[in-house]
Amino acid sequence: MTVPTSRATVATTGTVDPSPGEVGAPIDPIGPSAPTSAVSKIFAYPLNAWYVAAWDHEVTAKRPFARTVAGRPLALWRTSDGRVSALADACWHRLAPLSKGKVIGDELQCPYHGLRYNSSGRCTAMPAQQTVNPSAAVPSFPVVERHRYVWVWLGDTDLADPALVPDMHQMDSADWAGDGETIAARCNYQLVLDNLMDLTHEEFVHSSSIGQSELSESGFEVTHDHRNVTVSRWMRDIEAPPFWRKNMRDRFPDFEGRVDRWQIIHFEAPSTICIDVGVAKAGTGAPEGDRSQGVNGFVMNTITPESDRSCHYFWAFMRNYRLESQSITTQLRDGVHGVFGEDEEMLIAQQEAIDANPDYEFYSLNIDAGGMWVRRILDRMLQAEGRSSTARTQG
Amino acid sequence: MASDSTLRWQHGEVVETIDAADGVRRIVIQPERPMTAAPGSHIDVVIVHEGRALRRSYSVVRSADDGRRWTISVQLSRASRGGSRAMHALRKGETLRVSDPLQNFPLGVGAARYVLVAGGIGVTALVAMASALRRRGADYSVVFVGRSRTAMAYLDELAAEHGERLHVHIDDEGGGLDPTALIGGIAGSDAAAHTELYMCGPIGLMDALGRAWSAHGLPSYNLRFETFGSSGAWASQEFHVAIPALDRTVVVREDDSLLDALEDAGIEVMWDCRKGECGLCTLRVLGCDGEIDHRDVFFSEEQKAANTSLCACVSRVADGARSPGLKGPRTLTIDLP
Repeated sequence: MTVPTSRATVATTGTVDPSPGEVGAPIDPIGPSAPTSAVSKIFAYPLNAWYVAAWDHEVTAKRPFARTVAGRPLALWRTSDGRVSALADACWHRLAPLSKGKVIGDELQCPYHGLRYNSSGRCTAMPAQQTVNPSAAVPSFPVVERHRYVWVWLGDTDLADPALVPDMHQMDSADWAGDGETIAARCNYQLVLDNLMDLTHEEFVHSSSIGQSELSESGFEVTHDHRNVTVSRWMRDIEAPPFWRKNMRDRFPDFEGRVDRWQIIHFEAPSTICIDVGVAKAGTGAPEGDRSQGVNGFVMNTITPESDRSCHYFWAFMRNYRLESQSITTQLRDGVHGVFGEDEEMLIAQQEAIDANPDYEFYSLNIDAGGMWVRRILDRMLQAEGRSSTARTQG
Repeated sequence: MASDSTLRWQHGEVVETIDAADGVRRIVIQPERPMTAAPGSHIDVVIVHEGRALRRSYSVVRSADDGRRWTISVQLSRASRGGSRAMHALRKGETLRVSDPLQNFPLGVGAARYVLVAGGIGVTALVAMASALRRRGADYSVVFVGRSRTAMAYLDELAAEHGERLHVHIDDEGGGLDPTALIGGIAGSDAAAHTELYMCGPIGLMDALGRAWSAHGLPSYNLRFETFGSSGAWASQEFHVAIPALDRTVVVREDDSLLDALEDAGIEVMWDCRKGECGLCTLRVLGCDGEIDHRDVFFSEEQKAANTSLCACVSRVADGARSPGLKGPRTLTIDLP
C-alpha cells in the first residue's frame, strides 16, 4: 500500500511559497494565467486520509452515533464483537437518517420503515416482502480504532492503509496520563492548523495562562518531509507563566525560579498536531536532552473537517509525571479547556471576518513557515486527488 | 442512495472497438465528462436500432486514465432485441448517449474473504472488482465459468493478473462448475460467515449458487449479485396478455417486454427499477396457458412457484414444459395494472 500523497519531491528551500494553490496545479484551468492569489482562505480537505470521527467511548452498541466527517454524514455503531461500523447516514430507500434508528443485534434498523443494514452497509431486511433488493445498500467506510479515537476513511477505499493513521501514541500509552474534549469549531479546519502551527499567538490570545513576550522574541526552526512538519522553539532562562509554574509545583512542590521552556510542534498529514511542551529548571540541560528536572506534556490535537466552514477539533493534554493523580488530569483538562476556549472565540471571529471580507486576501508572515508547509503538503494531497486547495463553495 | 445512483446523461465517443472473444466486442468509450467508474458500476447507453432508441446497461470492465476511458464488452445475443447487434456495429469515432457510471453492485470492504463468480459475459462486472481486491491485498478468488474457451472474454488477462487465485471451469473441456461443491467449500471454511460472494452470469448459474448458498445456511446478505433481468429459464418468445377488465389483449413481441408492450398500448403501469428488483410493476395473474418465466429477484422462490403475480418489467411467458402441442402464442391473463 502506498502513501496516497503526492510523491513529488518536497522542495528544500526555506522560503515560503506565497501561492500553494498554484503549485504545479494543472487542474485549475485559469490557474497559470490568473493573478497569483495568496493562500486559499477556505481550504479544501483531502479525502484520502484518516479522520477522527469520534472518541472511542462515544460509539456504542446501544444506539447509533451521528457525526458528519468531510461533508459526509455518518452513522456509527458497534457490533457485538466490539467493532465499529461507519455507514452513510441516509437509508437507501428514502434517505431517512439511520443515526436516528436502533441497533438490533448486529444490525442497524432505519427509524422510518425498518429496513435493516449489516456492518458493511448491505440491507438485510425490507418490510412487506420476502426478498431483499440486491441493489439495496448504503456506503460503508473503512474504520480503524486507535489511540482512543475512531478513525474513518472517506476517500478511495483501496488506499485506506491503517499504517497511515497518525501517530498519537501518547493517548493510550502507560507512560502518559490525561484526557481531553471535542470542540465544535465553526471555522475552516485549516484555520485551526494555522493556529497550532504558530504559537506566537499565545502571547496575545492566552496572556493570562501560557502567553509571554519571550514567545515572539525567540527564534524557531522548521523541518519537514512529505507528510510531517516540525516547528521547534526553545525559550531559555525565562519566568514560567502561570500554567507552567503550577505544573512545576505539582511535581516539585517547592519550585521557585526560572525555567527553560520548549514547544515542539509535530504536524502529521492531514490534520494531526501533537505538541511537545514543557518547562525545566533553567540550566539543567533540557535543551540538550535531559528533561529530568522539568515537567512535560503533549498537547494532542486532531482536526476533522466537517464542512468548509466547520470542523471537529479533538484535543487532549497528556503528561508523563504524577500519572496516578486523577485530580491533575482533571485540572489540566479544565485548564486547557479554558485556554482553547480563547482560541475558539478567535477562530470563529476570524472565520466571520474572512466571510465578511470576500475581496481581501491572506498575506503571510515569517512566523507562518510551519503553517505554510502544512498548506503545501495538503495542497499536494489534494492535487493527487485531482482537486485544488480552494474549496468550491457557495460561501 | 449514493450519488452514483443518480442517472445523468452525457455523450461518449467510441475510441476503440475490437473483438475480445467469439461473439464479444470490446468497446472503449471516451466520455465528454470524465468520471472514474468504481468496480461493479455500469453505464447505460442509448443506441438507435431500426429507428428505435434502445437503452441498455453494460458493466464497466475497466475505468482508466482518471475516468477518461471506459471499457465495456458486449456479447452478441441470439435473442437480441437489436441492442447488442447495434453495439457490435459501432465504429470508431461514433458518438452515443451514455450515462455517468451507475453503481448497483458495489464491492464491500472488510470481509474476511471474497469469492467472485463470473459466468460467461458476466465477467465484465467482476474484472475491476478482482483488480481492486488484488490491490487491497484482500483474500479473494475468482471463479470463471464458460461454455468454451474461445468465447470467454478476459480469460487471459485474468490468468495473468490473478494467477492461482483464478479457477477456470469450461463446459466443453469437461470442467464445468459444481455449484454445490463451490458453496460447500465456502461453508466449510473458518471464514464462512465473513465470506462475501459476488456473482454475475446466466440466471441458471446464479439460481444454482443461490440455492446452494441458502442450503448451507450462509447469510443471504453476503451473496451479492447483479442482474439486468435479461436471461430467463426459457428463450424469449411472443405471447399475448389479456386484460378482461379492459376487454383488451396486447401482443408482447419476442423483442419487447411486457411492461413496454402495456405502456405502448396506453395502459399505465407503475414502475421504478425496470430490472426485476423493486416490485413496483407487479401484476396479478388471473390465468396463463403457458409457463411464466419469472426473471425477477423481487419474488421469493415460493411466490414464483405460486404464479399469482409477476414483474412486468422482466418476466415473460413461454411454452415451457406446460403447453406441449398448443399452437400459437401463449396468453397471460392479468388483473388491471
